[in-house]
Amino acid sequence: MALSQCDAPIYEALRKFKRMRVVPFDVPGHKRGRGNMELTEFLGEDCLSVDVNSMKPLDNLCHPVSVIKDAEMLAAQAFGAANAFFMVGGTTSAVQSMIMYACKGGDKIIMPRNVHRSAINALILCDAIPVYVNPEVNHQLGIALGMSVSQVEKAIEENPDAKAILVNNPTYYGICSDLKRITELAHAHGMLVLVDEAHGTHFYFGENFPITAMAAGADIASVSMHKSGGSLTQSSFLLMGERINSDYMRQVINLTQTTSASYLLLSSLDISRKRLALGGREIFEKTVEMAEYARSEINAIGGYYAYSKELVNGDSIYDFDVSKLSVYTLPIGLAGIEVYDLLRDEYDIQIEFGDIGNILAYISVGDRKRDIERLISALAEIKRRFGKTETGMLTQEYINPIVAESPRKAFYADKMSLSLEDAVGHVCSEFVMCYPPGIPILAPGELITAEIIEYIRYAKEKGCSMTGTEDINIERLNVLI
Amino acid sequence: MELWFTERHTPNVKFSIKVDRQLYSGQSEFQRIDVFDSKEFGRFLTLDGYMMLTEKDEFIYHEMITHVPMAVHPNPKNILVIGAGDGGVVRELTRYPQVECIDLVEIDELVVEVSKQYLPTTACRFDDPRVHLFYEDGVKFIRRCEDMYDIIIVDSTDPFGPGEGLFTKEFYGSCYKALHDDGIMVNQHESPFYDEDAAAMQRSHKRIVESFPISKVYQAHIPTYPSGHWLFGFASKKYHPTNDYNGTKWNMLGLQTRYYNTRLHIGAFALPSYVEELLRDVE
Repeated sequence: MALSQCDAPIYEALRKFKRMRVVPFDVPGHKRGRGNMELTEFLGEDCLSVDVNSMKPLDNLCHPVSVIKDAEMLAAQAFGAANAFFMVGGTTSAVQSMIMYACKGGDKIIMPRNVHRSAINALILCDAIPVYVNPEVNHQLGIALGMSVSQVEKAIEENPDAKAILVNNPTYYGICSDLKRITELAHAHGMLVLVDEAHGTHFYFGENFPITAMAAGADIASVSMHKSGGSLTQSSFLLMGERINSDYMRQVINLTQTTSASYLLLSSLDISRKRLALGGREIFEKTVEMAEYARSEINAIGGYYAYSKELVNGDSIYDFDVSKLSVYTLPIGLAGIEVYDLLRDEYDIQIEFGDIGNILAYISVGDRKRDIERLISALAEIKRRFGKTETGMLTQEYINPIVAESPRKAFYADKMSLSLEDAVGHVCSEFVMCYPPGIPILAPGELITAEIIEYIRYAKEKGCSMTGTEDINIERLNVLI
Repeated sequence: MELWFTERHTPNVKFSIKVDRQLYSGQSEFQRIDVFDSKEFGRFLTLDGYMMLTEKDEFIYHEMITHVPMAVHPNPKNILVIGAGDGGVVRELTRYPQVECIDLVEIDELVVEVSKQYLPTTACRFDDPRVHLFYEDGVKFIRRCEDMYDIIIVDSTDPFGPGEGLFTKEFYGSCYKALHDDGIMVNQHESPFYDEDAAAMQRSHKRIVESFPISKVYQAHIPTYPSGHWLFGFASKKYHPTNDYNGTKWNMLGLQTRYYNTRLHIGAFALPSYVEELLRDVE
């Protein structure tokens, strides 16, 4: 019988398997939870009873031939892709796989510098050489924008031997590049188009969203189903177009993927795909409605700027994802990260992230109207109780890096540890970033400048959670000798 | 035939009232609404299965949440009531001739409609010209108010469900902003007795203490609420609930009450030691 989007093959196989009450003499050793009661009480018996290992009736993610293969086929259909893979190592593993598919050691790849660390990590692993296209910056909001077509064109002309272009679309803040035009350009020059679509799952299912990677003709896309798609944390999809050899891609994925893929993650992907395929339009209509409502109410408070499509400029902000609730906070005299901390500490509200100038609240169908009201009221109260004048706030957010070495060479080079001020003028061998959003301020191989050190100090002072360095306190940096 | 309404007061304690008949059952956008009739307590209203009021003991709650702030404030004219769709607070407020404006913000219009039809003892003063009804989330309504009210009465349901937002710091902060410089906020403050209620009570007290310079708690005995021992919060920008209290002046108004009186007003602020300790822990 032909499968349809109403089916969820992995989920159905697990339910069937559960009913059979098979006696487990295989891993996992908790044996449906009976061997670890505290964990079972915490997570629930139902959950532990399907935490099982690969076996014939449940297929095997490393080499799918039955239910996982069917589920992947349904996912590909739902996303309009030629092929799709279930990923259990987060979108990080999907991004790494697509770069490792496209590039071998020494190959060039064109990418914006404001990528997620997973992309630069992939360069360290496969020794591809990045050709950075510096993103345009909105200096008022202090955020990096999309890739402008002319900059991509220039990078292609200067590097005709590049194998691929990686596009980050949409950005964390919801900003989209002209994906279709960039794809046409890349294909005309024989380059693959890889899209980090971690924040764009909903584009595939809702109405009036920016164009999806697959619809734009891109070759590979990494989609965080666990973000707007509703699956469990760490579960993602890798989507492929016609010109990608999916069997070779599977081999690339298997280089680093676990051989004990979690069926909790797999079934969550399967069920969530079904849910979005059947009801996604309505789900995201509600999400957008809530985001638009919150935006108008937050803008009515005054001071805050919850931005949206009015930013669109036809190029570096080709489109905007209106389901995102990004708010510029500097006019009330508080850094985004300060508002982020106040929301949690004073009002028990946890938002996605705060950076120097902005906060991002993640809105989804799981939100309730009354919680949105709380968020808006809390922002109004923060302005009333903690608001200051705007003077003295650092506005510059994105600093264009100066690349001195390839990431891999820098990562594996002989290095020494220097204090922040002594490190100026040296080449960094490690990452420095605020997490979230996880976009590096410094990546391995980049020159450390006084401006960057000032930025790191300011971000630390404002309370950003900084990660990436060997020194856990971010007081010293490893630099190339 | 025996028909009983039962509410769990804790996972291990049940409270039951023998029901004569069910008068209404409906589901609004926000909650399930039921009205029952009983021999012992008369008619009673439940929301999502939780007791809101009975005809027999509602006077205690409504008198205590209304007359205490009204007797402390020297000249209350503009009053905001949040929740209270059953009309009990409005009934008490409309007895004061000096009150000029009563804004009532209830999230659920159906509660008001059902109360008007089945609970005439409380929903009897909605037609007073000073009363203005707003069907809106209280958290949203008050966000826009600044320096507008003398008294705010927060007659909320429990700190879960639709009334959740009325126990938050952002809400108490908004109330502070909405009050005049000598304004008073009184709220339904949960019970100190059972562990979970006590924890909710402490959470809400902590948030009020952080929002208002004067924050006191008083008590009443309400037989149909969990444990029967119930608290109210008295938060104020200027007036102390007992030091700035003029009982004689209130008595001059000549209002007839069945629970509240001026001696009880002072006494209600004297709390059991364990309750004082619970409050001190979060102050």
